[in-house]
Order: sequence, then C-alpha cells, then structure tokens
Amino acid sequence: MARLMEWIDERFPATKVWEEHVSKYYTPKNFNFWYYFGSLLLLVMVLQIVTGIVLTMHYKPDSSLAFASVEYIMRDVPAGWFIRYLHSVGASMMFLAVYLHMFRAMLYGSYKGPRELIWILGMIIYIVLMAEAFFGYLLPWGNMSYWGAQVIISLFGAIPVVGEGLAEWVRGDFVISDATLNRFFAFHVILLPLLLALLVYLHIVALHKTGSNNPDGVEIKKQKDDKGVPLDGIPFHPYYTVKDIFGAAVFMAIFLAIVFFAPELSGWFLEKDNFEPANILQTPPDIVPLWYLTPYYSILRAVTFEWLPGGAKLWGVMAMGLAIVLFFFLPWLDRSKVKSIRYRGWMYKTMLTLFAVTFVMLGYLGTKNPGHVDLIWFKNVVWAQIGLVIYFAFFLLMPIYTQLDRTKPEPDRLTG
Amino acid sequence: MMKNLIKIAVLCLLPVLAMASGGGDEGLDPVDIDLADKASLQRGAKTFVNYCLSCHSAAYMRYERMGTDLGINEQLLRENLMLATEKPGDTMTVTMSEDGAKKWFGVVPPDLSLTARSKSPKWIYTYLRSFYWDESSGTGWNNTLVPNVAMPHVLYRLQGYREAKFEGTAGGIRHFAGYVEKTPGQMSNEEYDAAVRDLTNFMVYLAEPAKLVRYKIGIWVMIFMGILIILTYATKKEYWRDVH
Repeated sequence: MARLMEWIDERFPATKVWEEHVSKYYTPKNFNFWYYFGSLLLLVMVLQIVTGIVLTMHYKPDSSLAFASVEYIMRDVPAGWFIRYLHSVGASMMFLAVYLHMFRAMLYGSYKGPRELIWILGMIIYIVLMAEAFFGYLLPWGNMSYWGAQVIISLFGAIPVVGEGLAEWVRGDFVISDATLNRFFAFHVILLPLLLALLVYLHIVALHKTGSNNPDGVEIKKQKDDKGVPLDGIPFHPYYTVKDIFGAAVFMAIFLAIVFFAPELSGWFLEKDNFEPANILQTPPDIVPLWYLTPYYSILRAVTFEWLPGGAKLWGVMAMGLAIVLFFFLPWLDRSKVKSIRYRGWMYKTMLTLFAVTFVMLGYLGTKNPGHVDLIWFKNVVWAQIGLVIYFAFFLLMPIYTQLDRTKPEPDRLTG
Repeated sequence: MMKNLIKIAVLCLLPVLAMASGGGDEGLDPVDIDLADKASLQRGAKTFVNYCLSCHSAAYMRYERMGTDLGINEQLLRENLMLATEKPGDTMTVTMSEDGAKKWFGVVPPDLSLTARSKSPKWIYTYLRSFYWDESSGTGWNNTLVPNVAMPHVLYRLQGYREAKFEGTAGGIRHFAGYVEKTPGQMSNEEYDAAVRDLTNFMVYLAEPAKLVRYKIGIWVMIFMGILIILTYATKKEYWRDVH
C-alpha cells in the first residue's frame, strides 16, 4: 500500500493535495451552526447532479412529450417519483442553504478582505444557480413553467431598442415554444452544471488560499506555534469531516421528511398550476416564480411609477438587477474595522436585522397578488415599496453607518 | 442559549412558510381523504370508470397499475373496469375523438389524472356536489361552484334532480340561497356524499399513485435518519473530546 502511494505520488500529488486541503488544512475551531451550509451545498449539488442524470434518462425535451414524460417518471419508472422529488425538493433546499450560507457571510463579515474573491465567486455561483433553477423550471412543461418563463423572458423586452429582439433570440421564437424548451434543456443539463462545477472548484481554491473566517472574525493565521500551525486551528480532517457528516445527517433528515411527507410543501416547492400541462390559451390566475426568486420578483413589481422615463417596467428590471449586483460590492461598501457581528455596534446589527426581515417579507410578497392585503394596513405593493427602500438603504448607506458605528475591540484569539 | 434559539427559528421557517401558503380553498367543503381505505378506493374506481371515463381520460394511469395497487385481480379488472379491446398495460384513455367532444360539449373534457393535484380534493368533492337542474343552460345542468360549466351532471341518476334558489338579483348579482329537491335519485343525500367522497379519494390516488407507499417508506427512512443522527453525533463528540 505504502509503495503504491509512493508510486502515485511520484506521478500525481495525491498525498500533497490531501494534506494541504484536508488532513493538514487548519480550520478555526469555533465554527457554529452557520458553518454547516458550505459542505451541505456541496452535498446537495452532488445529489442534484446524480438525480438529474437519472431524470434525463427518462425525460423527453419535446413540448408534446415533456409533461407526459414527467408523469411517466412519477408513475412507471421504478422509484421515479423518489428521484424526481429529490430533484425538485433539492432545488429548494439548495437555495435555502445558499441563503443561510450568504447570511453567515454577512453575520461574520466573511466577504471582507482578504476574502473578497471568495465572495465574488460565490455571488457568480448564486447568479448561475438562479439561471439553472429558472431553466430547469420550464422543463416539466406545466402551465406555471410556461407562463413563468413567458413573463421572465419578456423582461428583456423592457430594454430599449434591442430588448424585443433579444427576448426573441433567447426564446428562439415569438413565444415560449418547443425551440425554447430544447435550448433550456441544453443549458440546464450541460452548460450551467459545467459552469457551476468550475465555479465551485474556484470558490474552494480561493477559500483554501486565505483559510476560513470564523464567528469571531479574527485571523487564526496571526497566532501560530513554532511549527507554523495556527494556535486556534484544527485540521479539517477528522474534526470537521465528522462534524459535517453529523450536519449532513440532520439536514438530510429534514430534506427527506419533505420528500416523503410533503413534496409540494403546500405549493411552495411544487406549484398547483404546474400539474396542468402548458396551455398558451389559459393564463394562471397569479403568475409567480418559486419562493427563492420572489424577493427580486417583488422588487420588480414594486416599481409601479409609470411617469419614470422609459416606463415603470424598465426601471423595475433595473432595480431587480441592481438588487442582485449590489451584493458584489459588499466588501467595499462595508467600512467597518471589525468583521464579526459580535464586535460591531448597534447600527450594523439593526440594519442587518432589518435587511433580513425585509428580504423574507419581499419573498413572501412576491408570491402574492400585489393588489391584495396579505400583511396589515397596506396593499402588498406598498409593503414591497417600503421593502425596496430598506433593501437599497442597507447597501447604499452602508459606507456611512459602518463607519459611524461604535465597534468593540476584537480579541487576539478565538473566544469559542 | 441564543444559538439554540436561532437554530430553532431556522428550523421553524419551513412549516411557517407552508402555513402561509395555505388557503385558496375558501368556500370548499372539507373531505376525509384516506388512502388506506382500500374499499373506498375500489368503490371510487368503479364510479370513476363507469361515469367519468366515458368522456374524460386518465391518460397517465395504467389499468394494471390500478389493479395491483387497489387489490383488484386481472379477471375482475377485465370484467368490470375495462373495455373488451383494452389490455391491462394500456393507459386509461377515451375513445371519443377530440373533434367530436368539441362539437358536443364545446370543449375537450380535460384529462383527470392530475386534477386532485392541480385543483384540490376539496374542490373535486365540492364541485361534484354542486350541480343543479337549470333549463336555461345548454345541457340542462348548471353548477354553483363553476357557473355555466360545460359539463352536464353525469351523476344525476344517483343524486336526482334539484334546482337552485337565488336571492337578491340587484345589480345583476345573484346570491345562492340553497337547493330545492325535485326528484330523488337512487341515493339519499348521505349516500351520494359518501359516493363522491369515495370518488374523490380515488382521484387523490389517481393523481399520485406513489402516495400509497410514500408515507410508509417515509416512516422507515425517518427512523433510519434518527439513528444516523445519534450515531454521527456520538462520533463527532468522541472526536472533538480533545478540542478546547
């Protein structure tokens, strides 16, 4: 065995990579609940790829066969329903983990130097993931798939001059059609998964260069023993491998509970209207994307001011785009001297809490009719407008309130 | 303490969201769905095949699968639930042509495989108990849940004839004020409700045959995951003993 490893190591840096990235990769010893989601995302990604491969064995990317082929998977393919639910629930669980993973970065300032590139790569992954989910959602060819795609693609039409031509180019037709389904299938199963795999690899390479941040937001590499090992670091393996396996077991228990007992999750993970085949003559009463895209959908619909030059739709699309793009600038918008929420002052704590509540509220409103009253006092669209103001204030005022905020001194060592 | 509170809050997020999305079922009658009740499913299947399947297809469902799942052997299946020309492996389609259907009803009767999922069990149960005799409509039948629906009251022999009373036609809006029984059918009101409940129960099965096994397997999976959580936690604790 030892001789075999020697033989391999002379030709491929197997032992070196293992030590550098796993067995002698030193990680802060104080990771808490929020630090499970990175490894969980890797797990869900693998699960999505494996279930996705099995689904493509039975699925037919053809507008006259697609809907029936999904029902064929649900009924006639042995355990097909299980594979399909793993994949559909998996998409939502992935976004749940992504949002908690991103919130962790905002809690502990993980995006701040020297980890700006990890954050930017992560944000690109997030955007590719949204595209991946959007393309995948058309494939069952249900009525909500169809009309959801119709609405989102038509957003391109809001761009002046080239908009309509661009929308037509993306669809390959004047409306969502067989041509659209085929290309979305190609994007969903080949282009974006390849891109995601590459981006995730780069995200981890960048992470292993700087090392992980931690709930205290102090660099463990500043305090090393005489062998060069960080005093507050523990090797990733076995400590975090066994811890992450425990996290994975808890996460999968919740995941599988949904798969077996509530795969539709009352319409949050699978929408009712999608159990009817796509019908160009019958628009669903409310066209809404799935929950993970609704915060932005809310922002899009909150801009109702027709007096704006170019019309409300154009500004709505721009606001939606900006809402996502602003995340990229977090490392430079945040002027605080400390990273972790533990040592920040009341201003950042207040703003982050407000932002989190607003994000959830916008997500909820995005699934509702803007003209109805589902919260209190005001119509949904008014709450969405209030949410929009708070959302942008969080980012745009950040250079000011993070500088004014009175921070506490950071410790030299981890506090646990 | 704070950490645990956050954990609990996050774990609570899912069911809260699920609660929030409920609704849309206002004004519909509750129906007791029980897929473990094989006899009910069999009665529902009989009603479905005899009354619904003449015009509506259930094109994603195979006779054989239904027979196996509901405990109906092939001989009974062939004699009672299938046409002579059909094979057990066939899907439950209709012989009526789409053009013919358009001529007779104005629309092609929708496939019913997934209706329990695209509408809801409550919707089916309420809809089939909302027909009334209305001479002004094309088929002679109307429905209080879906006014001016193209579908006639297929189960009228069972339920009988009844008319609907409306009050307050001010502004052209009529308010429904109850049914008036005309000619009784083969069933009493209770028997009819029970028959429609069986049919609805069957259609819930029809929309997702996997439901019969999903919950049963799910319980074993949960037990397994529970053990796995305990074992992985114990392993973690053992490994982390020396970390301070």
